[in-house]
Amino acid sequence: MRSLSEIETAVKRASRSVGFSWGNSEEIGKSIRQLELFGLQGVKNLNQYYKDKETKKFEDLNLINEKNEASLEAYCPIIVGISFLDQIKSVENFKIIKFKKIAYPLIFLSFLSRASEISGKKIHAKFDQNEILFNLNVNICSNFLNQEFPIFANEIEIKFLNNEDSFTESEWNSLYELAENTFVEESDSLKQGAAGAGLTDND
Amino acid sequence: MKIELRDPNEIMKLSRLGSFHQSKLSFLRSFLNEFKDWEFKRDIFNLNENGYGEAVYSFKKENRVYSLVCFANDIKDDERSDRVIATKWDAAFTLHDGIPTKNDIERLKNEVPKQEVGRLSYKELTLSRANKSVRVFNHVVESLSKGNQPDLDLLSKVGYLYRTTAVYGSGKFGLADRFRIKNRQEINGPFRLEMMLVYLVRQFTFDQVNHVAHYKDPKNAVKLDEKISKNLGIGNSTGLGMAPFIVNHPTLLNNWILSRETALKEIREIKNIKDEDSKLFIECVKKSLTNITSWNTDSEYQQIKIKSLLSDVKKFLNYIENKFDFKTEYAFNKIYLWLEDQTCEECIEYIVSIMMEPYNNITEPLVKNMSSDEDKYFNIPTSRTVEELKIIIENKYPNILDINFEKKENNQNFWFISKNKEEPRLADRFEEHGSELEQPLAIARDIKKLYEKLLSEKNNLTIAQFLSSNSELRHVVRRAFIVEKFPYSEIQDNTIGKSIVPIDMLRLKLSFFGALKFDPRSDKWLRICMFQGAPLPTQLKNYDEQWVYKVNN
Repeated sequence: MRSLSEIETAVKRASRSVGFSWGNSEEIGKSIRQLELFGLQGVKNLNQYYKDKETKKFEDLNLINEKNEASLEAYCPIIVGISFLDQIKSVENFKIIKFKKIAYPLIFLSFLSRASEISGKKIHAKFDQNEILFNLNVNICSNFLNQEFPIFANEIEIKFLNNEDSFTESEWNSLYELAENTFVEESDSLKQGAAGAGLTDND
Repeated sequence: MKIELRDPNEIMKLSRLGSFHQSKLSFLRSFLNEFKDWEFKRDIFNLNENGYGEAVYSFKKENRVYSLVCFANDIKDDERSDRVIATKWDAAFTLHDGIPTKNDIERLKNEVPKQEVGRLSYKELTLSRANKSVRVFNHVVESLSKGNQPDLDLLSKVGYLYRTTAVYGSGKFGLADRFRIKNRQEINGPFRLEMMLVYLVRQFTFDQVNHVAHYKDPKNAVKLDEKISKNLGIGNSTGLGMAPFIVNHPTLLNNWILSRETALKEIREIKNIKDEDSKLFIECVKKSLTNITSWNTDSEYQQIKIKSLLSDVKKFLNYIENKFDFKTEYAFNKIYLWLEDQTCEECIEYIVSIMMEPYNNITEPLVKNMSSDEDKYFNIPTSRTVEELKIIIENKYPNILDINFEKKENNQNFWFISKNKEEPRLADRFEEHGSELEQPLAIARDIKKLYEKLLSEKNNLTIAQFLSSNSELRHVVRRAFIVEKFPYSEIQDNTIGKSIVPIDMLRLKLSFFGALKFDPRSDKWLRICMFQGAPLPTQLKNYDEQWVYKVNN
């Protein structure tokens, strides 16, 4: 088994060799390492993308807007990913960000995972029938584990999720009532003697 | 009195970094301190009469076990090479996480001797190999087998029975990634598992030499005297492989140097020095003279440094014993200022290391700060502006900006990775091919390039906007934002100039390992000795903390 350290180093060097700058190659190494840590096929997808890149022209996207559509065959998932990371402060203000035509979307998604950590918000991505939730770069939830990842996404929709509870107030109260069963009802003497502080602060 | 930390623009110059010496902060010393109450055992010792076979040594505490698995091999003299390009070694080692099963040992037997072309697993933590110093090893075997102890003069000239040629960790060749074990308190210090491997290998070399001597003449053989063993360490040959490490791990480098600088600052701020502390300091300086006089090297470069070190340390001792009063307030600050004024860089850093000896209360908390969670500082703060980045560069790289990289001599060399061995190398860009595949280690040149580019941009442009059309500078943009927070993260020198002495970079790292007796064999590789004078595993429970200054005494 290859260690994540080996994967990161090899990805960085391979990315440099296909023409990315050293700084961008460092980003790619970090992102693919993260995918492999989460059990997703980062090395496989990157390898295929670099082979495809020899014969096909993919488009760079340096400025992310709410709606982005590639005029050529597809966007380069790496440049879109790095731009997304770099522009996170402006991008997170968009309600929904749409991309049309991205090659090897899994590679792009690896940057979304890191973007989720930087922004401090969960990110929801949807393409075709697939849904993915990025949890602050701690894990990735999706509904197609063990499936081959598509090598092309016609449309991807991305949404930053507000930091809010996943439960209702009544569900919380119900749980809290159970928690309260571990507390002791205070008698007058307990009120007098069991707390450290005085009963009045007017001294 | 408040003392400022020393200026990174002075301390991070290569000539200064190349003058660093081991100290209480060094990793092999902090390793011994951490593992002194662990249970040491020789679990398996299955060598034939010539000393070839397998052995396993372990350190154990509660439920945690680390096991060194050793494979000693028969190799021909002409197969023995110090260089990393060698393919066979007298012995090969791995540190296994836990107790290895029979299956593990069988698996490792097939892989460990192959080193870089073998495959390890997440159950292995470090990997290494070593060659005998044949002259010394054979002499010791010969002497012991005849019932005599070996010639101490010969032993002190070399200092070890074996020397390692590489010690690998952190995920190399399938070894466990650092993240798998990073929460273990006992290894919360850089290179602690590498230090453990080398320390246990040292014990293996003693056991092997005793074993071979015994089988050579079972009736007359004696064991190597423990005092002699204690004065032997493990040698190490180190080439350029280490140099890029300190460039590629800026926050880690910062944490090493910052700990050293913080220790010095806190010692200089002590108002009244206790008698026992000044006595210990002076005793260590005096005893350390043997380390200097027994420091052998054929390198003219190092001989000059040793000569001026010896002369300056003697001058310092004369000053401290005849013209200095430790009752004076802030005595160590006065000493430091005297050193800066009167002695060479080698001597300043030598005495700075010894100043730490009395102060466990200062050094021990600092040891815990010497690792780094590097990923935390990887992301570039892209919402900041070009103006802010320019100011950082002006403040943090003032001398770098003065270098003219249009001049050939300032742009003479390039760093590359050898295809044959996947190891870093340095070559003349005007004489050798391959500079188009240069590694991103010319930080000074690229920082200057970045600065010049920033000058032509609008101040309020964000870094995100700047990077969208300047991706070739991304690696140094990242570094500039790191050095803003970590002042000692960057070598403040030109790493591609004609006059670069790469062994300065190696020596910096090796001094933090705790190496002694740097012996440059060229400007690109050197030999060192580790653990010479260190307590043996059976002596760890109660050992003299200043052992490093008592070698051969």
